[in-house]
Amino acid sequence: MNDKPILRYNANERTNHWLVAILFIMAALSGLALFHPALYWLSHLFGGGPWTRILHPFMGVLMFVFFLGLVLRFWRANYFIANDRLWLKRIDRVMRNEEEGVPPIGKYNPGQKLLFWTLLLCMLVLLISGVVIWRAYFSSYFGIGSIRLATLLHALAAFVLVLSIIVHIYAGIWIKGSVSAMLHGWVSRAWAKKHHELWYREVTGDKQPEPPINKKG
Amino acid sequence: MTNHWTDIANANLILVMGGNAAEAHPCGFKWVTEAKAHNKARLIVVDPRFTRTASVADYYAPIRTGSDIAFMGGLINFLLSNDKIQHEYVRNYTDVSFIVKAGFSFEDGLFSGYDAAKRSYTDKSGWGYEIGEDGFAKVDPTLQDPRCVYQLMKQHYSRYTLELASQICGMPADSMRKIWEEIATCSQPGKTMTILYALGWTQHSIGSQIIRSAAMVQLLLGNVGMPGGGVNALRGHSNIQGLTDLGLLSNLLPGYLTLPADAEQDYNAYIAKRAPKALRPGQLSYWQNYGKFHVSLMKAWYGANATVENNWGYDYLPKLDIPGYDVLKMFDMMAKDQVNGYFCQGFNPIAALPDKNRVTAALSKLKWLVVMDPLATETSEFWRNAGPFNDVETASIQTEVIRLPTTCFAEEDGSLVNSSRWLQWHWKGAEGPGQARTDVRIMSELFLRLRERYQRDGGAWAESILKLNWPYKVPEEPTPEEIAKEFSGYAVADVTDASGALVKAGQQLAGFAQLKDDGSTASGCWIFSGSWTEQGNQMARRDNADPYGMKQNLGWAWAWPMNRRILYNRASADPQGKPWAPNKRLVWWNGKAWGGTDVPDFKVDAAPESGMNPFIMNPEGVARFFALDKMAEGPFPEHYEPFETPIGINPLHPNNKQATSNPAGRVFDSVWDSLGQAKDFPYAATSYRLTEHFHFWTKHCPINAVTQPEQFVEIGEALAKEKGIAAGDRVRVSCKRGHIEAVAVVTKRIRPLQVNNQTVHQIGIPLHWGFTGVTRHGYLTNTLVPFLGDGNTQTPESKSFLVNVEKI
Amino acid sequence: MASQDIIARSATTTAPSSIRQQEEVAKLIDTTKCIGCKACQVACSEWNELRDEVGHNHGTYDNPQDLSAETWTLMRFTEHETSEGNLEWLIRKDGCMHCADPGCLKACPSPGAIIKHANGIVDFNQDHCIGCGYCITGCPFNIPRISQKDHKAYKCTLCSDRVSVGLEPACVKTCPTGAIVFGTKQDMKEHAAERIVDLKSRGFDNAGLYDPDGVGGTHVMYVLHHADTPRIYAGLPDQPIISPLVGLWKGVTKPLALLAMGAAVLAGFFHYVRVGPQRVEEDEHPSPPDASVHVVDPAVHVYDPNRPGGQGEERP
Repeated sequence: MNDKPILRYNANERTNHWLVAILFIMAALSGLALFHPALYWLSHLFGGGPWTRILHPFMGVLMFVFFLGLVLRFWRANYFIANDRLWLKRIDRVMRNEEEGVPPIGKYNPGQKLLFWTLLLCMLVLLISGVVIWRAYFSSYFGIGSIRLATLLHALAAFVLVLSIIVHIYAGIWIKGSVSAMLHGWVSRAWAKKHHELWYREVTGDKQPEPPINKKG
Repeated sequence: MTNHWTDIANANLILVMGGNAAEAHPCGFKWVTEAKAHNKARLIVVDPRFTRTASVADYYAPIRTGSDIAFMGGLINFLLSNDKIQHEYVRNYTDVSFIVKAGFSFEDGLFSGYDAAKRSYTDKSGWGYEIGEDGFAKVDPTLQDPRCVYQLMKQHYSRYTLELASQICGMPADSMRKIWEEIATCSQPGKTMTILYALGWTQHSIGSQIIRSAAMVQLLLGNVGMPGGGVNALRGHSNIQGLTDLGLLSNLLPGYLTLPADAEQDYNAYIAKRAPKALRPGQLSYWQNYGKFHVSLMKAWYGANATVENNWGYDYLPKLDIPGYDVLKMFDMMAKDQVNGYFCQGFNPIAALPDKNRVTAALSKLKWLVVMDPLATETSEFWRNAGPFNDVETASIQTEVIRLPTTCFAEEDGSLVNSSRWLQWHWKGAEGPGQARTDVRIMSELFLRLRERYQRDGGAWAESILKLNWPYKVPEEPTPEEIAKEFSGYAVADVTDASGALVKAGQQLAGFAQLKDDGSTASGCWIFSGSWTEQGNQMARRDNADPYGMKQNLGWAWAWPMNRRILYNRASADPQGKPWAPNKRLVWWNGKAWGGTDVPDFKVDAAPESGMNPFIMNPEGVARFFALDKMAEGPFPEHYEPFETPIGINPLHPNNKQATSNPAGRVFDSVWDSLGQAKDFPYAATSYRLTEHFHFWTKHCPINAVTQPEQFVEIGEALAKEKGIAAGDRVRVSCKRGHIEAVAVVTKRIRPLQVNNQTVHQIGIPLHWGFTGVTRHGYLTNTLVPFLGDGNTQTPESKSFLVNVEKI
Repeated sequence: MASQDIIARSATTTAPSSIRQQEEVAKLIDTTKCIGCKACQVACSEWNELRDEVGHNHGTYDNPQDLSAETWTLMRFTEHETSEGNLEWLIRKDGCMHCADPGCLKACPSPGAIIKHANGIVDFNQDHCIGCGYCITGCPFNIPRISQKDHKAYKCTLCSDRVSVGLEPACVKTCPTGAIVFGTKQDMKEHAAERIVDLKSRGFDNAGLYDPDGVGGTHVMYVLHHADTPRIYAGLPDQPIISPLVGLWKGVTKPLALLAMGAAVLAGFFHYVRVGPQRVEEDEHPSPPDASVHVVDPAVHVYDPNRPGGQGEERP
């Protein structure tokens, strides 16, 4: 029995992820401060309203740049494969921690893949709309109609992004082992097999999977 | 103004023509809006451009620049032939019944007595009334005599048909008829029209005659001397009225007294010529008091040195060898090397005078130039090469320029005379900056030094300087109060006036009625007499009470003469002394005296039965349609083309080249070559001011510069399309004298006109930019204006000249 | 103005002070009397100490070209030909309309940066302004401007400093023709009604008052010769409303969005409580791999068989 763990994320990837994560938290908090008066107090975290307004777009742009790094690394792994459809159909079982009838999946489950593409879309929308409403440098190049639309889209994309990240964070808390994977890089073989069996087989060369129906909950 | 600003509110119809009151006089224009709001008045604007005034007008019609006499002449014809005149007024208060001398004639554009070689009317002997054996002018009250003014006028203007006037003016005939019809309604006694004009009329070679033609219309309508009527010049500077009042023209003395000519060495003849006897029985002929005004002026100037022995200082006065040294003449002489030095006091000639290049060349011939001004004017830097805007060769200019910074009006106390003839006292708002000194200070010190030199070294005709009276507490800087008291006048010795009141020596006089010609009174400007009385400074009054609701406000400041607000106001009442209409009451006869809402411009105790007529400054007592010999180009206004005419001929006299442009206009010999023709410069240009700026001053003020930052010209859409010019393009506007470059404002507000069966495009050229100040630097617009002018006033023809336009 | 006067405050969800009873004021701009002299522009600059840049002429009389942080009001000139072929030069003084329902205030995220006074004046408090520019987005008239110097939003204050001590706004004080008047909103409506009667008598059948309902009425109103087509006055909106985009973005959407985010967090929490975490159990350990299998993740592309240490890093 080989219990040697598997490296899921190397140091650069982890660093990149956490840079995005930290920038997201800052951009989200500063954005939320301007999103609704109930959260305006968050602006004090950044040195007050004007500093929040000044910093937010830079944090956003940085977040986008680093996120692009993640995209370049992971976009191939986020292609949808055949099993993903069935997995998504049986998401209710996944949510109940049942494994009966849940097909094996690759390095990322379809939920993660959906998240990946959603994040990319949101980030793009945020970047473009953010530039349009960036008063200090760019707004003068756009008409009031575009600015209004951009403002709306920016808020909408941010909302979707925040919601997605909440799901992402919770998934990390829920699936034990994933946070440490992103912290240390390593996952146990059992973890890999359980959550990402196709990937597990790929990295271990195990061509004889147990039939999925034998999976136990 | 015959009337005044607040009185505009009494008008029923306001004609703005030859001016752009909303643009150039926005504050005074409030009274137009008052008339519209409270009097249901209508506003008609006639102008080459659809102006800011037109934007709030009830009716607008375009006119070709310089064709206003055709419009007015046609209107006179229209009023006469449609019987739309105020009959009783015209018959009693004007010269229609006077018989004109047989020597007077008018043929093919020229009046009798013309000398083509001298380009002037050297023989004006026919331009007068037939005088009877009794010494009075002959009249025909039936107006049937073919030589009476009425018949001559009717005949003269019969040529000005609607069709011809429309052809000359380029105004559509139906627009013209519509305006004439509306104006004609003001011949009713209860309805008045006011005419507001400005430099759009004066700055033509026929400017004075345009204004006279307007006055004739107003007389026919019975609108002179009436509330809400009159012919009203809106003056361009806040104190330009004061300038002429105080006689700051080369041939004038204060109060419209005149400087004697060389030939007038005889004092008594000088006075007699200016104090005419009445030409009709019972008339006042107020200028008969000329001697009193003159002697009082001399007493103010020469004090105890003005004695009966030296003809009250007459002998100290300079006598003119030529009719006048107006600015055009001075610069013409300068160009001929006949002038050594020049003082520019509050005057920016290279910007303000026509043909900037000619003016610059003239200034370059001076040995020295002194510029007294609050601002760094272009004139004070005329030698500086400012790139294309002032492309001079500095090294070749040897003129020594001395700049003496002065305070501006807001940095000194004093009085300003506005268009309404109101003398309004003002108080210093701030101290002048740096080494700025008041003009009074600079001139006083100059005088004191000159006097010292003359005392020490003597010189030709030193008395003129040495005998001057200089009684001021601080000789280096007489106070505005001292000067104001002096021009208002004081008793030199105890005097008793006509009413028996005693004025003790040293006391202020109550008015010019107290002036004497025996040396017992002094007044520096007789028409200002009464502005500072024993009761104090009348100019500082600020009571706007209006007890009759007639907007005369007699307690507000002080109006010359004698606080009269409307000149000729006796004419607002009928011959029996009753107001023509209850809503137009101004002064009336109450059985013992004249009185009412205004100070009567009349002998206050002259009963209506006495037959004395309202125009007391004229020896005939009535207003003149026939100008006698007072005008350079003839007794009746006649349309002449601008010297640079876009149509080449005068449609009234197509075959007489002498009568194309003003036969008596002011043109120096050297100027003819600088005039362009329509084949080279096809567009009629007109220059003007914008509300955002004041002349060449406010380009030094940041906020004004923000509101109108850069030089532009206005071009109609049709011409712009033809020339491929879009709004915002830079264009070159050129004439034979030079060119300017500016941004094109392409506008619907200037439309091509059909003139004499051809299309005439007009170009609008505002003039506020130059090569000093905080606006974007630009060309001096007057580079384009020809160096010629009106034969009466010598005012340049800044409003009509020819240019070409090209996209750069 | 005293703080008791403030009846609406940006980014504030509780009721503001409402103790003071004040009459609503209004500035009435009579475009039919306006001669476009720009004295109001100058007075505004003088009173508020504003000095915009000396710009360029762009082929029109409009200068400056647009509102800015240093230009709070300006004349907009339009040459308009009527259907009868008559030329009109329509001149409109542009600036803040002081809406009863101000879009700027609605859009502003910074508490108290935009306030509405009991008399109707909508004022910016630059001390609280963060410079985000949302007020511009919210304004149906496209009025506020962000200064490129201090990144604060500026616009006409209706001279709230003057009005609070009983003076009229500077532009009103200076207007030479009485085209701008100031008083209670009721009085201004009555004055406008008189003007409209006069204008109709002069042939302007469509003369009327511009006091648009879409923003709850305004405290700057226009008398227009052609009240049926406000747009011909340099794009004055026919029926201004706070943009539906802004309405969508603000309004109830945002509280709902916050709720959704909160709900997502709660959903996770309860999922955890009810379903529990997913753990990998010991018996799920996979069988030992073949020794020939590299323990690497090919997806991460760090494996290089020819390089020592190509497996990535060692396990900590």
